[in-house]
Amino acid sequence: MAQENHLNLKETELRLGLPGTDESDDMICSARNNKRAAPESVDDSVPKANSTEKSSEHETSSASKAQIVGWPPVRSYWKNNFQPKKVESETRMYVKVSMDGAPYLRKVDLKVYNGYPELLKALENMFKVSIGEYSESEGYKGSQYAPAYEDKDGDLMLVGDVPWDMLMSSCKRLRIMKVSEKGPGCAV
Amino acid sequence: MHSFHSMLNYFPEEVLEHIFDFLTSHRDRNAVSLVCKSWYAVERFSREKVFVGNCYAISPERLIARFPRVRSLTLKGKPHFADFNLVPNDWGGYVQPWIESIVRGRVNLEELRLKRMLVSDESLELLATFFPNFKSLVLVSCEGFTTDGLAAIASNCRFLRELDLQENEVEDRRGQWLSCFPDSCTSLVSLNFTCLKGEVNLASLERLVARCRNLRSLRVNNAVPLDALQRILAQAPQLVDLGTGSFVHDPDTESYNKLETSMQKCTSITSLSGFLDVSARCLPAVYPICGQLTSLNLSYAPGIYSDELVKLICYCNRLERLLVLDTIGDKGLGVVASSCKELQELRVFLSDVYGIGNTAVTEEGLVAISAGCPKLNSILYFCQQMTNEALIMVAKNCPNFIRFRLCTLNPTVPDAITMQPLDEGFGAIVKSCKDLKRLSISGLLTDQVFLYIGRYAKQLEMLSIAFAGDSDKGMLSVLNGCKKLKKLEIRDCPFGNVALLADMGKYETMRSLWMSSCEVTFGACKTLAQKMPRLNVEIINENDQIEASVDDKQKVEKMYLYRTLVGPRKDAPGFVWTL
Repeated sequence: MAQENHLNLKETELRLGLPGTDESDDMICSARNNKRAAPESVDDSVPKANSTEKSSEHETSSASKAQIVGWPPVRSYWKNNFQPKKVESETRMYVKVSMDGAPYLRKVDLKVYNGYPELLKALENMFKVSIGEYSESEGYKGSQYAPAYEDKDGDLMLVGDVPWDMLMSSCKRLRIMKVSEKGPGCAV
Repeated sequence: MHSFHSMLNYFPEEVLEHIFDFLTSHRDRNAVSLVCKSWYAVERFSREKVFVGNCYAISPERLIARFPRVRSLTLKGKPHFADFNLVPNDWGGYVQPWIESIVRGRVNLEELRLKRMLVSDESLELLATFFPNFKSLVLVSCEGFTTDGLAAIASNCRFLRELDLQENEVEDRRGQWLSCFPDSCTSLVSLNFTCLKGEVNLASLERLVARCRNLRSLRVNNAVPLDALQRILAQAPQLVDLGTGSFVHDPDTESYNKLETSMQKCTSITSLSGFLDVSARCLPAVYPICGQLTSLNLSYAPGIYSDELVKLICYCNRLERLLVLDTIGDKGLGVVASSCKELQELRVFLSDVYGIGNTAVTEEGLVAISAGCPKLNSILYFCQQMTNEALIMVAKNCPNFIRFRLCTLNPTVPDAITMQPLDEGFGAIVKSCKDLKRLSISGLLTDQVFLYIGRYAKQLEMLSIAFAGDSDKGMLSVLNGCKKLKKLEIRDCPFGNVALLADMGKYETMRSLWMSSCEVTFGACKTLAQKMPRLNVEIINENDQIEASVDDKQKVEKMYLYRTLVGPRKDAPGFVWTL
């Protein structure tokens, strides 16, 4: 599904090169050769402004965006010290993710995420479920699924109780559990 | 009029000097020194604070010759785009020659403020050794020194009041620099070491804080844990400005409870920053002081998301300055708009540089802020998208902008609704904000936006442009119209030789011009350099070796030109060619 979206959007992708130039062109070169897409090709990209496609557009063009030196203009001090590095340059941390009722497991790289909201969003996308909102007293409200993880001691823990860094260091695998509507205390 | 001037000339110099004492801004003093020779003479002997916006515009010797009584010196080195990796680290901006000259000139230096300069341990050691009265060192975005240099400052500057390190890359030598402050040092008023990555001796820090009763501003680094912070606050309830270190702790412990208590006693804290490593569940400890805060910087905390940010900010009713990441979201900005009616400055930084998530803000947040915060005069806003309609509304709501900097993630993104260029939106901003001094534009922009800027932005001093415009007309509109322009930085725009050479004298009225990935050629740069001896035209060419016989028609990758009274600099590295 994600693959199809990627192919469909490529032709109308808002880039800095001329329409028809190879995407492997150095972004800096294409920026120099033709400063911006001509108005015609801007009109072609009208469907992309539609918010339903916004997020996938952001994902497919963000990789090429990141290649422009110095754009977006983020202070290199901040980039070096507070931004998690690109995945290629760091060791990865893949953990298995199972979901109750799913035929096979998936794997996610925890290092890619900045925190809980991103992880949960990614899990929701991956398994096509909605996970609900975390609350300290009631676990995950408003959905049939709750994310849990197996820690170093082998215990099944609810995702979200401890700081993100602590989760990263203790999580061995993830499990999306189906809970009944009565709440996490009545896990199926 | 004539008799008035004559009268003033009959005043003894002491009277003139006394009058000039009231002039603190360097611009006022510069203006006063141009009135006549005697005013120039009186002013130069009485000036104690000197500001040098470009360290290569003047030499230290000439500065000391003109201002022999200088006690406070501010120097800036690399051009602004160096912040975004567009300028190689060793381009220049060395402070060493300045310090050597100041030592030779027997100047009684007390304050040194440096931005984007290369500072070595040797420079710091010279400072520490030769200036017994040294009181204040402020280093912003500098590099080249280590904690050994800081140790020298700490050990020897007996009357040090201020050590303020902002966003410097400092090598940690594990020498316990902080422990080098002698027991006799009680003069510290401001200590900021947020940017240091190494450990400090916590006991030394606590003792230092305890004996510096005048300490007003303390910003610690990541290595200072929450419980140490609590002990420090207990010793320094008089603090006005606090930068926390690591803000992670189990909230169910006695340590944390003690922190809450100590925090409540700090009734003078009006500025809060840090949170370098923060667990959202510890944030409630600062709720008691939120109502006092006028300045809050959460931009180092990518792990706090909108809900927690909002819970904190909604108590900050007196906030005048807010720095956050775009994790706050449009909704969060809505809460800011309804809670922070005194807001004057807002910066929303990009949290997700590599585009992994999707947390950016949009034009909605900006409009909400403009509607709710009528005192807003300075904004830096990284956003996913923008519309002309939103900018027009912002211009109407907030005519008081002095600084307006907008950055769209996609540098050429059009109006999200109409798909038109964003010319009209920015046009509305410059038309409405008559006092605008600094502007950064982005998004799909044609020559039209520059027509507006040239026509309306009469007070504009600094303009940053990227991926904008259609032709030389754009740049010409700006050069012709913006009479007060001081700094112009341009990248990836179709501006070329015609624009560059149309008004060469203009550049002597400006501090500097940066052009990279534009259409200017070597030939034009050479022409400019030849005709204007009081400009340094530097070509930065990292890839190839500088050849004497370069094709004049070849486009220049990076050009940086600036006015100077002292000709080409002698410390330019191999890849910088001053024409």
